[in-house]
Amino acid sequence: MSTLAVRKTAPAAGTTPGTAQGPPPASGGRTPSGRRRIALVPTLTLLLGALYCLLPVAWVVIAATKSGSELFSTFTFLPGTGFADNLSDLNAYRDGVYWKWMGNSALYAGLGALLSTAVSAVSGYALAIYRFRGRETVFNVLMAGVLMPPVILAVPQYLLLAKADLTDSYWSVLLPLVLSPYGVYLARIYAAAAVPGDVVEAGRMDGASEWRIFTRIALPMMVPGLVTVFLFQFVAVWNNFLLPYIMLSDDEKFPITLGLFTLLEQGSNTPALYTLVITGALLAVLPLIALFLAVQRFWSLDLLSGAVKS
Amino acid sequence: MTSTRKEPSGVTGTPGGRPSPARARSRGRGAPYLFLLPATVLFALFFALPIGYALWLSLHKVEVKGLGLGAGARQEVWAGLANYADALTDSELLAGALRVVGYGAIVVPVMLGLALVFALMLDSEKVRLTRFTRLAIFLPYAVPGVVAALLWGFLYLPDVSPFYFVLDKLGLPQPDLLDGGPLYLALSNIAVWGGTGFNMIVIYTSLRAIPHEVYEAARLDGATPLQIALRIKIPMVAPSLVLTFFFSIIATLQVFSEPTTLKPLTNSVSTTWSPLMKVYQDAFGKGDIHSAAAGAVLIAVATLVLSFGFLRVANSRSQQEEAR
Repeated sequence: MSTLAVRKTAPAAGTTPGTAQGPPPASGGRTPSGRRRIALVPTLTLLLGALYCLLPVAWVVIAATKSGSELFSTFTFLPGTGFADNLSDLNAYRDGVYWKWMGNSALYAGLGALLSTAVSAVSGYALAIYRFRGRETVFNVLMAGVLMPPVILAVPQYLLLAKADLTDSYWSVLLPLVLSPYGVYLARIYAAAAVPGDVVEAGRMDGASEWRIFTRIALPMMVPGLVTVFLFQFVAVWNNFLLPYIMLSDDEKFPITLGLFTLLEQGSNTPALYTLVITGALLAVLPLIALFLAVQRFWSLDLLSGAVKS
Repeated sequence: MTSTRKEPSGVTGTPGGRPSPARARSRGRGAPYLFLLPATVLFALFFALPIGYALWLSLHKVEVKGLGLGAGARQEVWAGLANYADALTDSELLAGALRVVGYGAIVVPVMLGLALVFALMLDSEKVRLTRFTRLAIFLPYAVPGVVAALLWGFLYLPDVSPFYFVLDKLGLPQPDLLDGGPLYLALSNIAVWGGTGFNMIVIYTSLRAIPHEVYEAARLDGATPLQIALRIKIPMVAPSLVLTFFFSIIATLQVFSEPTTLKPLTNSVSTTWSPLMKVYQDAFGKGDIHSAAAGAVLIAVATLVLSFGFLRVANSRSQQEEAR
């Protein structure tokens, strides 16, 4: 499985042009001489799947335009007239704490993913390029972390951080997520595929230090893979709920997931807050969708597959 | 995991033409250890230490002396396996475990079945609009579990939902989606919605890695597209299927944010609906960290036993088939 991943990541890294004769994209599967008939059943099934996946998103877009009374009285997919009011209500809610949550999420996910990528890069490079005693042991122990259910980690992490007086701080959400076994695995695969041993050796011959070889030669070669690591980790942290739920009590430090959750919890007593929750949910989904569309290139299938073969 | 062990020999072995391996090795000897230092420290602090601490806590309990007042009145003493015995006989935890197994029995097959069908269809010929449908089905991956549960939660509410609107207009009975049996379906639907796209992409990627000559040969032999899908494509992507199953089992058994998010919308999701919620409740609701630790360890063990058990069964099967 993993050899497959390596073979496939190689073209992305541009090291083995020999594999460029891969299959043509499935969508262009028609033979030139072939009939231009459409396969109806698969196309319609996929469209149904797409409809199912877009339904809640379409709903939230429309629901966010409704005022509190319209939400419960008009037909679901009939746009309302309250979007501007909802937005200003959301802005005004507790002096704009919503935007604070968004900022926190961006900080946790952005900085967390950046740190995580750095650690993954340097570890993956070391594991891929050097041969040293204990290499496989280190790698296997790190990988075991991927299988550890977060539950066995989160509660004792809280208790231990409490001893260090770090709970309810930005660090308590950032630090536990910096080491990503997944990211290390990916970075190792990329380094092995994209950084030829000869290049490292040539650097040594020129008298460059090991660190310099890594930062100046290897790192640029690993960039496409590292972008994927970053994106995966960004999504993982942005979507995380359990860790901040356990660690944080001060809602000024909440990420957006936790903030929306508390808003919904209060909404069960005061349905007036529902419109805020819905508008907030819409705005919370937009950044990630925008990120997805903007960096679609990096979500290319080859990169994704390398990521998943852990 | 089994596969990662094999990989280094193929990928990272010293290339044959290296000038002077001995010299290079002697020069960079300390470097890999330094490079691995950050990961090692983080692993020790945020993985090894918490796991060790959880194990330690699970084997201890608090003993209160006298009235429980004054310094030293509350002591942590050795409890042996008492916390585990309590957890294993705790009807709430067991009920939660059963609920989650039932939930997983719906989520994993449906989600991966859909993912496989969609992937095969994306990969089949003469299909249109694949770019759009692929992206649309993958989109829920970008939606946090909490927000997904929140959106569906509203769609389950009779006052807001289009489903109820339609049922009402048609004069059909309106089931309560947030209670009893339908609650399982409601929760499962959220997980299926969120996870299908990602798994579809994983399987689709493996499908695209199959050389097209294989299909040509099958076609010359007169195989129909359906036969090609069943006899060639599915067996060839079996490793991806095994992997997606493996990770889906792990994720499903730890379901937490979706039922927690639905809780404010209905009374039928208790604070101990899933085992993980029970652990949270023990630790932060009751402040009984020792029971919580025992519960967490049990969930971890059950997860690993189930997921690795599955991997073993699957691997022994695929090895028989892959002996080519």
